[in-house]
Amino acid sequence: MSVLVDDDTRVVVQGITGGEGKFHAEQMMEYGTNVVAGAVPGKGGQEVSGVPVYDTVHEAVDEENADTSVIFVPPAFAGDAVFESLDSDLDLAVAITEGIPTQDMARVNKRLSETDTRLIGPNCPGLITPGEAKLGILPGNIFSEGNVGLVSRSGTLTYQVVDSLTSRGIGQTTAIGIGGDPIIGTDFVDALELFEDDPDTDAIVMCGEIGGEDEEEAAAFIDDYVDTPVAGFIAGRTAPPGKRMGHAGAIVSGSGTGTAESKISALNDAGVPVGDTPEEVANHIEEFLS
Amino acid sequence: MKLHEYQAKNVFADAGIPTPASELASDVDGVVTAAEEIGYPVAVKAQVQVGGRGKAGGIKLAEDEEEAREAADSILGMDLKGYHVDRVLVEEAVDFVNELYVGITMDRGEGKPVAMVSTKGGVNIEEVAEEDPEAIAREHIDPSFGMHPYQARKAVYDAGVDQSIARDVSSVLTTLYQLWDDKDGADAEINPLMVTSDDEVIAADAVMNIDEDALFRQPELAEMEEEAAGGDELEQKADEYGFDYVRLDGNVGIIGNGAGLVMTTLDLVDHYGGQPANFLDVGGGAKAERISNALDMVFSDDNVDSVVFNIFGGITRGDEVARGINEALEQFDEIPKPVVVRLAGTNWEEGMEILNEDLVTVEQTLEDAVQRAVEYAGEVNDQ
Repeated sequence: MSVLVDDDTRVVVQGITGGEGKFHAEQMMEYGTNVVAGAVPGKGGQEVSGVPVYDTVHEAVDEENADTSVIFVPPAFAGDAVFESLDSDLDLAVAITEGIPTQDMARVNKRLSETDTRLIGPNCPGLITPGEAKLGILPGNIFSEGNVGLVSRSGTLTYQVVDSLTSRGIGQTTAIGIGGDPIIGTDFVDALELFEDDPDTDAIVMCGEIGGEDEEEAAAFIDDYVDTPVAGFIAGRTAPPGKRMGHAGAIVSGSGTGTAESKISALNDAGVPVGDTPEEVANHIEEFLS
Repeated sequence: MKLHEYQAKNVFADAGIPTPASELASDVDGVVTAAEEIGYPVAVKAQVQVGGRGKAGGIKLAEDEEEAREAADSILGMDLKGYHVDRVLVEEAVDFVNELYVGITMDRGEGKPVAMVSTKGGVNIEEVAEEDPEAIAREHIDPSFGMHPYQARKAVYDAGVDQSIARDVSSVLTTLYQLWDDKDGADAEINPLMVTSDDEVIAADAVMNIDEDALFRQPELAEMEEEAAGGDELEQKADEYGFDYVRLDGNVGIIGNGAGLVMTTLDLVDHYGGQPANFLDVGGGAKAERISNALDMVFSDDNVDSVVFNIFGGITRGDEVARGINEALEQFDEIPKPVVVRLAGTNWEEGMEILNEDLVTVEQTLEDAVQRAVEYAGEVNDQ
């Protein structure tokens, strides 16, 4: 019933003494997540909501056997915080922070390829295995236990689609918000692979948006390797060309990729129906499961 | 954040990239004075943030004072693709025999910076990328080490740059990468990099986009931001409020939280036969005041006939949203435009209790809310 996270996951919250860090550490614990430590430089020895705080992630690993970090560190320091978790041999690091400079993430990305840690995010809502644990800021109450895996680049869109599923009695194995930044850790292909390998996941929802080529790559991967039925949604069909997609970015990719049309047709070609509305996505999943 | 050409040129010149002599001017006499200092012929170039300035009449050559006056007269004050031109760059007209393209950007697919060089400069390089991708040499850079000198040479030789200028072009590319790295560039480009008959290379145009998320550590560039902004009045207002906002052609105003959900709301408006007037993302965790500002923004767009508010709270709380909507609407004797609200997620029930339903139309689902807003906008148009 779970991908990447379960009730044995031992979580260290980086930035637990901050407003967001504290609030969401409490929310995670309330949901049942096993938060074993916090890590904040200069705050070692304190306690937050009954959780011991350490100065470094390494200490949290040594003292509490933490294996996963959730990062609520302000953007200027978040790149460094991700490095710290990668260098602490954790299994998983989830970076919630929005607005990390892209060049910092490029350096993180390079380090990531040299370690065994998996990174989710940044600028993401995190992930949740309903009934077991959530890592991040997702509102736990809209999720329910079940057999659908969900991967999405957008947080609030995830909630919208999950709401459509849950209201029909369709639960989820795990929902993963991978984040919408130009450089992220786990991408669609990685998440699809995890769901394909999970015996409890019987159908997959993939929510993408305009910009980049990740959805096109995911479509190619689905075509080659994924037997589990996938339904898709692409946000931004009517949006003007994304402001963040700079001039030179278009030169890198060369041709007409990155648009809603190219993503939808790539998915359709891979046998993935793409809903016009979140409700239509839920309809497709309902059909797969019936 | 995109720098104006003159700002980017200053940054490039300070780093040691050769640029033509130039001066900024904002009236006809200023243009003539600058031209005389620089020496004819000069190019007079509109300083607005749009591509294709030359074709649109925003760049003119002047051989003498009379032509300089004419050029200044026609360009200053013109409307260039919706942007008012109030400043021009007067620049030494370089006598060139060849035009190259060099650029640095982040390749998001690879998660690494990429340096690009092409001998097909001076034209629409996006078209080259599409029709003849081989004509652009690309070299990926390890961001933790930076660009090795050999990589600059490799890109230059791969692109087929002439031996006589290869060393100088490599040097420009190395400097451009260093600049991009130091200044938190998103894109840094020179198109064209002109080659003179004496085998000198000169940056005839300069493009520099800065990563907005990194402005906190680029204080001198952040100071340029106000000057660089320009453009649409509503978009400037959105900048002040700190919203992600894009103005569109339709009449259904759209406010939501999270880019993906707001885009989805736009798509649904289109799906149900309406036309989105804007994209406005209030971001995560918006408090009442921010919500109220968002409504103020959308109301101040004359094209808007109805507004749909779509909030699915995670970090954002429904009660805060409801308070913000009330605050914004209670100032009016009569609500200027119908507002449809859909609240879901964190604290939505508390929000519904707070929301003044005399002022707004409440819908439970996204689909219903969008359809209602499209109907309202249609009714206004029928009148």
